[in-house]
Amino acid sequence: MSNIAIEVKNLRKDFGKLVAIDQISFSIMESEIVGFLGANGAGKTTLIYLLLGLLTPSSGTIRIFGFCPLLARNEILSFSNFASGYISLPSNLTVRENLLVFARLYRVKEPELKIDFLLDLLEITHLQHKVTGFLSAGELTRVCLCKALLNDPKLLFLDEPTAGLDPSIAEKVCELLLEQRKKSGVTIIYTSHNMRDVERLCDRIIFMKSGKIITQGIPLEIVQEFKQRNLEELFIELTRK
Amino acid sequence: MSLERILGLFLRYTYVYRRSWIRVLEFVFWPVMDLLVWGYLTLFLSNAEKSFSSPFQFLIGAMILWDVLYRTQLGITVSFLEDVWSKNLINLLVTPITIQEFFIAIFLVGIFKSLLILGLLGCLAALFYHFHLTQIGFYLLPLIGNLFLMGSACGVLTIALLLRWGQAAESLAWAIPILFQPFAAVFYPLYVLPKWIQPLSFLVPATHVFEGLRGGLQGTYSYSHLFWATFLNCCYLCFSFFLFKRFFLSAREKGLLVKIGTQ
Repeated sequence: MSNIAIEVKNLRKDFGKLVAIDQISFSIMESEIVGFLGANGAGKTTLIYLLLGLLTPSSGTIRIFGFCPLLARNEILSFSNFASGYISLPSNLTVRENLLVFARLYRVKEPELKIDFLLDLLEITHLQHKVTGFLSAGELTRVCLCKALLNDPKLLFLDEPTAGLDPSIAEKVCELLLEQRKKSGVTIIYTSHNMRDVERLCDRIIFMKSGKIITQGIPLEIVQEFKQRNLEELFIELTRK
Repeated sequence: MSLERILGLFLRYTYVYRRSWIRVLEFVFWPVMDLLVWGYLTLFLSNAEKSFSSPFQFLIGAMILWDVLYRTQLGITVSFLEDVWSKNLINLLVTPITIQEFFIAIFLVGIFKSLLILGLLGCLAALFYHFHLTQIGFYLLPLIGNLFLMGSACGVLTIALLLRWGQAAESLAWAIPILFQPFAAVFYPLYVLPKWIQPLSFLVPATHVFEGLRGGLQGTYSYSHLFWATFLNCCYLCFSFFLFKRFFLSAREKGLLVKIGTQ
């Protein structure tokens, strides 16, 4: 039987008068891949930052494998990792240097071997001595994913990791994530505007609008429930409402 | 040539001053600091030969030691800023590193950089000007140690202010030590400064270091200067960390932490 990986109760985050997250509650089971969907400003990224302890909740509780992110930051961060299409890596270091730095920060055992393995897995061994600033968007995404898998995370936060990627690379990223889940049972929190990726990858989706959860469930079931043909149409329907 | 386009560009470069008091301050800051330092230095040099056998030697020693303070502070602040500039700060903040580990690492970077500069400038000064900083013996070590401490306190303070005001405060990285320079009696003795400024200067640890350096070069070693420099540095380091913690928590509350990391 799976354990609860993330449990959120009545979570709220205000920035002055703006309510970014409005009293939301949900739970995510271990090994589940959950997609958070919503238009820009719906609160998806804010929610990820709250789960990572980068923001303080205004009210409500968060438990990650039983730990509170603000009180047990180091415990949580040692078994989780994060990649985002909006953050990068030091552009003046080579790919291998960057990965070695992060391997040390996560105290990875035998870092050189681990990096070789991941570079091979993501098919970027040929880029290892290239300066990160000279990588294309697709190459950088794969390096960031390499960084995100360095510590064999139990929990992986991916904030629009395929933003700006061509469909073939996005497809590869999805395949890789599914394979990782099969191998290690990693729990993945995923946000994307690419509904094809979400359909392919996520066991469950949570749809957000103006900081609130408006619906959640298995992608296919929600599509049917709202009488739409696919997730893309559902997305447009729900964001326009 | 279009006057409209020139006006467009002029506005592009000046709009920022309407909203950023830090930019306005920076606009007048550097010239004013330059004037103060050069003005007091001129005052000192016009009478220096009466009091000092070789005033220019003090200048070389002061210049080298000033760089120890400045490079330490800059090494610390730029290490932090490099992660902001490369959008890597969030990546670091989601690793299990502790604040203590982070600061120890960037202190080591700052100290390493300033030791390299100290060695290089010391050798060049000996080679070109026959000035040997080591002539004051072991007394030099606590003086340098205090400059590391003050540089570290300034570095932590700058990072705290960056967390408070974001990248708009970036110029503080270069400005904070310069703010103290005219009052720290770096290139001239304390007595050159107006009487009313001297009590304020006494509160700057670097004042005691540079007074100690001038004494040391003349063969007089003042341990009270060492005591005050160390005591004040410990106080300022504690204050800087207190401010950092306060602004860090506030940045996490207001979302500035993720904003500075993704800007």
